[in-house]
Amino acid sequence: MSVSKKVLPGFGLTMGLTMSYLSFIVLIPMFSLALEAAEVGWAGFWKAITDPRIIASYKVSFGCSFIAALINAIFGTIMAWVLTRYRFLGRRIIDGLIELPFALPTAVAGIALTALTVDKGWIGKPLAELGIAVAYTRVGIVVALTFITLPFVVRSVQPVLERLSPDYEEAGLVLGASKLKIFFKIVFPEIKPAVLTGFSLAFARGLGEYGSVIFIAGNKPLKTEIAPLMIVTRLEEFLYGQATAVALVMLTASFIIMFLINRLQIRSATFCEG
Amino acid sequence: MKNTNSIGQALPNAFQPNLWGRRFLIVITTLFALTFLVAPLVVVLTRAFEYGWSPFWKAVTEIYTVKALRLTALTTVLAVTCNTLFGLCAAWALTRFQYKGRGFLITLIDLPFAISPIIAGLIFILTYGRLGWLHPYLVDWQLRIVFNVPGVVLATIFVTLPFVAREIVPVLAARGTDEEQAAVLMGAGFFTVFFKVTFPHIRWALVYSLILCAARAMGEFGAVSVVSGHLRGKTNTLPLHIEILYNEHKFSESFAVSTILVATSVIILTARNVIEQLAKKEDESNVFRS
Repeated sequence: MSVSKKVLPGFGLTMGLTMSYLSFIVLIPMFSLALEAAEVGWAGFWKAITDPRIIASYKVSFGCSFIAALINAIFGTIMAWVLTRYRFLGRRIIDGLIELPFALPTAVAGIALTALTVDKGWIGKPLAELGIAVAYTRVGIVVALTFITLPFVVRSVQPVLERLSPDYEEAGLVLGASKLKIFFKIVFPEIKPAVLTGFSLAFARGLGEYGSVIFIAGNKPLKTEIAPLMIVTRLEEFLYGQATAVALVMLTASFIIMFLINRLQIRSATFCEG
Repeated sequence: MKNTNSIGQALPNAFQPNLWGRRFLIVITTLFALTFLVAPLVVVLTRAFEYGWSPFWKAVTEIYTVKALRLTALTTVLAVTCNTLFGLCAAWALTRFQYKGRGFLITLIDLPFAISPIIAGLIFILTYGRLGWLHPYLVDWQLRIVFNVPGVVLATIFVTLPFVAREIVPVLAARGTDEEQAAVLMGAGFFTVFFKVTFPHIRWALVYSLILCAARAMGEFGAVSVVSGHLRGKTNTLPLHIEILYNEHKFSESFAVSTILVATSVIILTARNVIEQLAKKEDESNVFRS
């Protein structure tokens, strides 16, 4: 509708404000990243990102984010299922608390989870007796990331389950399918795109998370340092070029994930409409 | 539905595991929620009052805590205000007109959500820091952004930029422009159209996004910690102050200060849920009327 452009007012004002704001806050600062990378040059860039400490931090970041996203994919789906399909005491409270990780400042989450999982903590003590250390290990990083990314899967699966008509499940039941078969052949294919979207959002968020992790990780070089921490470390050493190089690798990873999420959402949208 | 509170009561749906299966799933959910959602809140409160009321009160009213609280409040108000104005403008520009490059603009708005807060801090250091390419101009104007309050505000604005726009764009896009076009044909100007015709429809979405934006702004840690320089009493926000206390092994003090943020986030969460209910109710009554 090219008509609307002429009829509705405010194009110049809103577009002008939007563009200047975006340039000032997003475009110009992001441009600095490219500028700095060009200054570092290819050799310096390669040297920065292949430093053993940096490579170890990538492994920790990707590995822990992946495991945390996986835990949330499994438990998040169960929680979404339970919260939409069953009525029990405390359901509304749990439902209302799901977004807590988004509302609670990450630093508070970090120190709270550390206090819980150190070997004198409420959860850490029984686990320590079993010989499992949580705080100051990679397990601790996974715990922090699981907390931070908990809402993603639950909140993307819940609306799909709410909309899901029971007719198909009924049909499956009438036709004599087993309960497991009904879940995996009828329910799961419907919620799969939502689970995947939630998983990828959680994974992407986990890669960039800093505040909650640094308290619980212990930050031992080569063992429990995450990639965002390495950017901070390089910045504190005034090695801006190296910090930029590490950041660009992380940025590329999150862009790839975001691109995949978009594809996933487009596919599930066309699937629903078509 | 009667007897909604008995454990394991299922909604009338065809496919259900048996009663024990349902109870098992409910127990898993409750345990997961208790461990990850309830326990962290309880531990903060317990540790905060571990030595009683007066050390708690001393930590909360200490001068640096109060100053950090003030900076956090200022930053949150500024970030929410700027991003609300921006979000409304962007939503109008993105949904009311057709032109090339809209997709690119949407990507640009979403960008702050896709990148790590640490990288958000890094780009402001690279731009306005002592070695940044805009630094010479700042010196001319005697402006200090990085390791100063403006840097803290800018970084917070960056990480919370998408909240309002993202919430309003789909609502406006779904509504279409018929009512606004009618208003314009009858001679209404931009501000009249916006405030009298458009605004009532996006009211709840706006309040909702403001709350989410405020929650993130007051709790932002990564981006702010990179640009703030941790100057106590000057550029320290509340989350950074908690970190400093914690690293100085003043654990109960840092948990005491944390209770301020815990209280705020519980209020925010409650407000969010109430608004969701209100919006739903209004939606239903609208459907009923039409």
